[in-house]
Amino acid sequence: MDEPIVYIQDLCKKYNAKKEEFALESLNLSINRGTLFGLIGPDGAGKSTTLRILATIISPTSGKASVNGFDVQTEVEKVRGQIGYMPQNFSLYQDLSVIENLNFFAEIQRMPLDQRHERIERMLAFTHLGQFQHRRARNLSGGMKKKLALACALVHNPRVLILDEPSTGVDPVSRRELWEILASVVEDGVTVIVSTPYMDEAERCHKAAILYHGQVIANGSTSDLRLSLPFDILEVKAKPRKAARQLISTLDGIYDWRPVGDAFRITVEKSLTDKVLAELQKELDAQALDTRLLRQTTPSMEDVFVYQAGISRGNHESL
Amino acid sequence: MDRFLTIVKKEFRHIYRDPRTMALILLLPALLLLLLGFGVSGESKEIPLAVVDYSRTEESRAYIDYYTNGEDFAYVYSASSEEELLDLIHRDKVKVGMLIPEDFGRMIATNESTQVQLYINGSADPSDIETIQLKLAAISQMASQNILVKQLEVSGLSGSFSMPIDTNIKMLYNPNRESKMYMIPGLIPIVLQVQLLLLSALAIVKEKEQGTMEQLIVTPIKGWELMLGKIVPYMVVALVNIIGLIWVGSWIFGVQMQGSFLELVGLSMIFSIGSLGIGVLISNLSDSQMQAIYLAVFIVMIPAIILSGLMIPRDGMPPFTYWFSELMPVTYFLEITRGIMLKGVSGFYMWDSIWPMLLLSVVYFAASVFTFKKKI
Repeated sequence: MDEPIVYIQDLCKKYNAKKEEFALESLNLSINRGTLFGLIGPDGAGKSTTLRILATIISPTSGKASVNGFDVQTEVEKVRGQIGYMPQNFSLYQDLSVIENLNFFAEIQRMPLDQRHERIERMLAFTHLGQFQHRRARNLSGGMKKKLALACALVHNPRVLILDEPSTGVDPVSRRELWEILASVVEDGVTVIVSTPYMDEAERCHKAAILYHGQVIANGSTSDLRLSLPFDILEVKAKPRKAARQLISTLDGIYDWRPVGDAFRITVEKSLTDKVLAELQKELDAQALDTRLLRQTTPSMEDVFVYQAGISRGNHESL
Repeated sequence: MDRFLTIVKKEFRHIYRDPRTMALILLLPALLLLLLGFGVSGESKEIPLAVVDYSRTEESRAYIDYYTNGEDFAYVYSASSEEELLDLIHRDKVKVGMLIPEDFGRMIATNESTQVQLYINGSADPSDIETIQLKLAAISQMASQNILVKQLEVSGLSGSFSMPIDTNIKMLYNPNRESKMYMIPGLIPIVLQVQLLLLSALAIVKEKEQGTMEQLIVTPIKGWELMLGKIVPYMVVALVNIIGLIWVGSWIFGVQMQGSFLELVGLSMIFSIGSLGIGVLISNLSDSQMQAIYLAVFIVMIPAIILSGLMIPRDGMPPFTYWFSELMPVTYFLEITRGIMLKGVSGFYMWDSIWPMLLLSVVYFAASVFTFKKKI
């Protein structure tokens, strides 16, 4: 369970050889067998580039990557035998029906005929596409298209499933369903690598790496990542809002604050948490604000990202 | 092998899934031949002629008749002066002008030599002009001879006198020199070439643009399986097309197949592999459908129409152009089609055209396989 199935070492990718810009800059990562692994990061962080190199669609500029022991550059066809890949954009045949698309990929992958039928039935069942099997892909909703793409990527029973932003452009209900499907895929022993720009989706992964400017800035289980944060998070909601904002912005001892919805999220160094909390209570009472909420809360992946990105930016600037 | 068949099945689905596209690709080539066939098979029989007859005698009228009695020239204008005659040519009203001098009748009657001035509108197609020139020369030669013979008869010398050589010309294959007999078998390969190129030039690049190629790349499919899988369905389309084209040629234009129908259909399949190979090659090398269309039209389609020998004989082309035309399978297929349809000869006589076409077809198909990269 704990041996790595995907191994990435010093991976670099430049799209334009003449320019200095790196899409990936010495990326190092290992992903264990049977995990649901999240590649988290903002747009342009290098998520798709990493996944496309692993899927053997593009070649790295330098560095090494392997899937189940096969090198993505020298053992391309063997890697392709191990993986299922779902690109970011819908890339199935629009004029073919759901079942025709599934059959096509099963045949191309040389699924034995006796297993093919059963496997496709299973794919249709767990993506709930059974009743739409004769509908052309063109006429499916966004969420159904993603599920069909997922089913096509999975139809040949790959060891590693690579998904590039599967939840982008999908409604919340379908999104939830998609993650439930992924969880059940992992239960079947498949290693799933999924990229997403949404920090909250990282919570659904066993392990995650945060990518920023082509580098991994944090990596580990999501609970470890949260614990690694040397800060606590406080949540405050008080009225009038403007006065609350004024109060927080002048507060001593806080690292960072930002408005989230109608509340404020304050990042405080762990050793100062109690002091700041007491101070805050005092000030709110003193100014007679209508305090609806004042509590310590668990850090989210977004807090982790904001913190790590800040450090990374600091590194960049100091270099 | 099974993966190749999977691609074939998928490509057929793409074709028949959209009935309008299917109707277009099956019917349009034959309809195009219908349109083009009428355009090229018209015979320019009557060449408009204007005459200034200053002589106005029985002799001069008899001389004009030599030209206008046949089907070649039509006496459309009687001009009163040389200026008017030149004006008619200038305004493209006539192609040929004839000026007969005032003393023409008298000179003929007195067995003396006289002159006739002919004008040809030289701004027309040079090969047309050459034809007109030859016709004029032949008629004037004949008229002179006849007048001479008559003069000899009058002087009592005939009877002991005959032309030393009687040349007998037998026109083979196309005895009535009908241009459609030559042009229709030439148009069939060109129409097929355009069709095959349009079908295949987008085959790969379309999948690249739609993103489906990304999904195909990660499967274990091999280059030749994908290329052959793309080409075979279009060969079936080409089969329907060639039968339709031969049918239109024979039933609408009356160009009867002189040779073997099956032989022509069989050889058209070899031609299809080459043409589709070129199309897929272009598709592999292009990043967008726009690029593919440009390469197809400018590098293959237009040269095929102009350089293949359809309208302009290849013998007179400079070396570079000649070599280029030899790299196009359509050049050989054109010779083959004319050979089978018009001359009725079998493959044995056309081996010189068949082997280069076969070779090019293999080369282009192989090139399409080797240029296909399973990367983006």
